[in-house]
Amino acid sequence: MGILEVKGVNKRFGGLQALGDVNLSIAENTVHAIIGPNGAGKSTLLNVLVGKLIPDSGSVMFDGQSVLGRKPFEIAQMGISRVFQTPEIFSDLTVMENVLIPCFAKRDGAFRMHAIEPVRHERAITAQAEAMLEEVNMLSKAHEIASSLSRGDKRRLEMAMCLVQEPRLMLLDEPTAGMARADTENTIALLKDIRTKRGITMAIIEHDMQVVFSLADRITVLAQGTPLVEGSPDQIKTDPKVREAYLGETQI
Amino acid sequence: MLGLTRKDFTLLLVVVALTLLAPIILNPFPVSSSLGQSFNAGYPALLQRFAIFGILVIGFNILFGLTGYLSFGHAAFLGVGSYAAVWMFKLLSYNIVPAILLSVIVAGLFSIVIGYVSLRRSGIYFSILTLAFAQMSYALAYSVLTPLTNGETGLQVYASDPQILAGAGAPSAPHFFGLPMASSTTLNMGGWAFTFEVGYYLCALMLIAAFYLSIRIFRSPFGMMLRAIKSNQTRMNYTGLNTKPYMLWAFIISGMYAGLAGGLLAAMDPLTGAERMYWTASGEIVVMAILGGVGTLIGPIVGSGVIKYLENIVSKINENVLHQWFGALPDPIENGLIWLVHPFVGEGWHLTLGLLFMVVVIFLPGGLVQGGQRLAALFNRKSGTVTAADRDAARQKSAE
Repeated sequence: MGILEVKGVNKRFGGLQALGDVNLSIAENTVHAIIGPNGAGKSTLLNVLVGKLIPDSGSVMFDGQSVLGRKPFEIAQMGISRVFQTPEIFSDLTVMENVLIPCFAKRDGAFRMHAIEPVRHERAITAQAEAMLEEVNMLSKAHEIASSLSRGDKRRLEMAMCLVQEPRLMLLDEPTAGMARADTENTIALLKDIRTKRGITMAIIEHDMQVVFSLADRITVLAQGTPLVEGSPDQIKTDPKVREAYLGETQI
Repeated sequence: MLGLTRKDFTLLLVVVALTLLAPIILNPFPVSSSLGQSFNAGYPALLQRFAIFGILVIGFNILFGLTGYLSFGHAAFLGVGSYAAVWMFKLLSYNIVPAILLSVIVAGLFSIVIGYVSLRRSGIYFSILTLAFAQMSYALAYSVLTPLTNGETGLQVYASDPQILAGAGAPSAPHFFGLPMASSTTLNMGGWAFTFEVGYYLCALMLIAAFYLSIRIFRSPFGMMLRAIKSNQTRMNYTGLNTKPYMLWAFIISGMYAGLAGGLLAAMDPLTGAERMYWTASGEIVVMAILGGVGTLIGPIVGSGVIKYLENIVSKINENVLHQWFGALPDPIENGLIWLVHPFVGEGWHLTLGLLFMVVVIFLPGGLVQGGQRLAALFNRKSGTVTAADRDAARQKSAE
């Protein structure tokens, strides 16, 4: 029984069957990649998982609880974090504040009114945020405005914001899209590091085969909204159906 | 000190000093001099307005400055606060304490309703919803709710009103437990005269308290959450934070500030009318906030001060005053100068305001406060260039 169980999920947009009877099980402590050609339904699936889209039928269970019908912030409070294709950070705030906010969300829940005591008096939270920044090597940039960071640093900051909440599951939507080779390699190294140090379960949607094969324990191939094959990276590499549907056009 | 950083505490001290000494600072010229008659702004009625509108815009800035949600109907809360206060005068007594308390409470309740509905949308739609609510309130106060608001005549206290708590011989004007708002002492020094009025000092103390509270809110986790909402709502949601209650609280706090301002307006002059809620009044609040510097601590006080000064002082400078000023010059030059200056003063003060506003919006997006910072940087020459100073200012602002 995986930490995330997707059963018989269907989603139709007008005449387009975006997801057709998707079954997916993500086991705890694995990195599970979801790949597939453009239009295969990867993003739709991700949006279902985070509560942005409600499927027409089927169930999505996270740690034994249904996520369907819950708002994104409620799903995030259950322990699902999301990393976006373009890093979603608080650009106008400092790097430190960017990490403080998830710390407060973790401790105080979705809403708490504390409008009088200054942030700097919250010593435990501040220390926690500083430790996280230290871990991703960004403590020296703590007081810079986040919008001034490089693309790679923004990505690392977003990861730090997710990690500091100690999520049970991290969803990564093409974390290396549009990155230069060096940045991609840095991101892979960072993700590997997170995995060995923290053992966080990850679901990655990715186009870049190098990323997929160097990180994933399990791979699901989606085609036309339906899982085509699921297996270990080696099985996927050699599977003739996958080659035909997807990998045939891509250099591995 | 007082839970503030050194820098914020200094800022608070500056505001305390300026408000307490305002009756002196704003009367720089002898009473009988022509400059004194034109430019002295240290008389109680205007000082009260500086303080009251300062409170109003400080509250507005908690909503607009921190969250970026532009309420275009904030005058409604001011108006509601005034009505509530005058009703307390009519029913209980001229004591301002219950009046001001009720105006804050009623404005708070009113903003829960308007906020709950308006905050279902963001951006321009939010602004339009608040504007619609405020105009509805204005229309209701002007006509339908006449029994409550006395319609176009305006609400005021009559001798026949119950005033059940007013004992025999109680003051027949607003007072603080017997101390009339209008009582004052005047200090004559040479040609100068400084008037210290109870009413102004009440407003000044409220302004200081309002300012202190706003610093605490700005530096609190709540304030940080509001800035985060302005910056990226998607990330807020995926961080597990519910933006709705944060926004609603910001709206309510901001509405209560406006209610306090409305209550104080009534405490200074116990009558009120629907025009206080008219959309131009709401627009004025927005202009004050932008002029001073949105999202800065001191900006609201600066913005409201500048506009109230223009409205009350520059608008008094008519053609006769100009003739007085330039009278010593040869006639053609005098007439030329008057022709040049006249459109910008007196009734033309709106033109001055408009030009000032344009200059600020185009060249100083951070408002007059940013202008001040640039000037300071020019004089200091410490950081060399203006851009470096701006970057420092931005960093200090968020690094507290």
